[in-house]
Amino acid sequence: MESNQAKPGLLCNPDASQRTLYPYVTGTSVVALKYKDGILMAADMGGSYGSTLRYKSVERMKPIGKHSLLGASGEISDFQELLRYLDELILYDNMWDDGNSLGPKEVHNYLTRVMYNRRNKFNPLWNSLVLGGVKKGQKYLGMVSMIGVNFEDNHVATGFGNHLARPILRDEWHENLTFEEGVKLLEKCMRVLLYRDRSAVNKLQISKITEEGVTISQPYSLKTFWGFSAFENPTLGAEGSW
Amino acid sequence: MTKEHANWSPYDNNGGSCVAIAGANYCVIAADTRMSTGYSILTRDYSKICKLADKAVLASSGFQADVKALQKHLAAKHLIYQHQHNKQMSCPAMAQLLSNTLYYKRFFPYYAFNVLGGLDSEGKGCVFTYDAVGSYERVGYSSQGSGSTLIIPFLDNQLKSPSPLLLPAVDAVTPLSEAEAIDLVKTVFASATERDIYTGDRLEIVVLNADGTRYEYMELRKD
Repeated sequence: MESNQAKPGLLCNPDASQRTLYPYVTGTSVVALKYKDGILMAADMGGSYGSTLRYKSVERMKPIGKHSLLGASGEISDFQELLRYLDELILYDNMWDDGNSLGPKEVHNYLTRVMYNRRNKFNPLWNSLVLGGVKKGQKYLGMVSMIGVNFEDNHVATGFGNHLARPILRDEWHENLTFEEGVKLLEKCMRVLLYRDRSAVNKLQISKITEEGVTISQPYSLKTFWGFSAFENPTLGAEGSW
Repeated sequence: MTKEHANWSPYDNNGGSCVAIAGANYCVIAADTRMSTGYSILTRDYSKICKLADKAVLASSGFQADVKALQKHLAAKHLIYQHQHNKQMSCPAMAQLLSNTLYYKRFFPYYAFNVLGGLDSEGKGCVFTYDAVGSYERVGYSSQGSGSTLIIPFLDNQLKSPSPLLLPAVDAVTPLSEAEAIDLVKTVFASATERDIYTGDRLEIVVLNADGTRYEYMELRKD
């Protein structure tokens, strides 16, 4: 007699179904803020394979259409698939040829729906996304998580950044930051993350989006100081350890 | 082997508290604006209140992504209702719709804890309170969300609602004036904020009465 016990593959064929159960190559924090003329965003270029630093030149910030900038932490391949979705979205929007184009608010809403739909299918895109942009003088900065939680704010940060960078941003952020002040503030955040987040690397990019468009900086390093006496001989005063 | 990789859950608890109080000719609906995950605050200014119709206001806490999906679904249903009936949905009708919508997802629920406040067809205040799978009840006042365990006993003590077992049934609306109800809401939130880490930052209050809708705000502790 046919047993009515659940068999593996009765409801879903394990060969035909593939889903992300855990991430492979991941990027760490993204930090972004509003400033006087638009949005500034920072992310390092590390791609971690578990705790191994596997890739060192991963671009985690990309322009989307004319008015938006997307930054991602989490699974790099899922981010790259998302970029393919967005390329198609922008292309099909362009084909209307009506002079209209999707703004950051629309792109953010699209991302929100994609992320939430995938979690409903139990097949999430393993990312935290930051979307910034400017359209018609309106600045926009928002976030979406892996399971579709989304919000807007004057400054946002993913992962470790929410713990380490946002307290700094809450202290020092104000509406009228100049470009120079904004970059300085982001670098302060990225330096703290570099010191305390083990998967952060000292190679980062800062990107800017204004009414004029997107500029993403060349990769560069932050100045660091490791010469503290406590770092010189870390086992001093811990007698009995190896 | 023990698992050593990250795992995920389709749900999160983003916290927050909601309160609604019905009076003879008004209804007060309130919620804080903090959104959290675990011990972290995501943002200090996220509204949990959604005005679904002229006389129906929904306050929801729980999992933000589900709450947003629920609000969008109800808004879409209400738009269709307006096209078909050429009027706004009543609060009791919206209450039944919300219950059905929640129960429709009984086996993959919306993780949303709702309080629906509004005015009924006689202009009397009404409050409907829900669980995540759609059980609901009309009451005189209610609280849902992370601070509800602190707020409900306080409201019970102050408002002394008549037993729902009384025959003939006694009206559940509170005897307070509108101004007194608003003051009470401010007090319960200030108190809940002291002990509940998921409640705080700012209080958003919506007041419904014969004149229409009014919004009020009050700052709460930010720690």
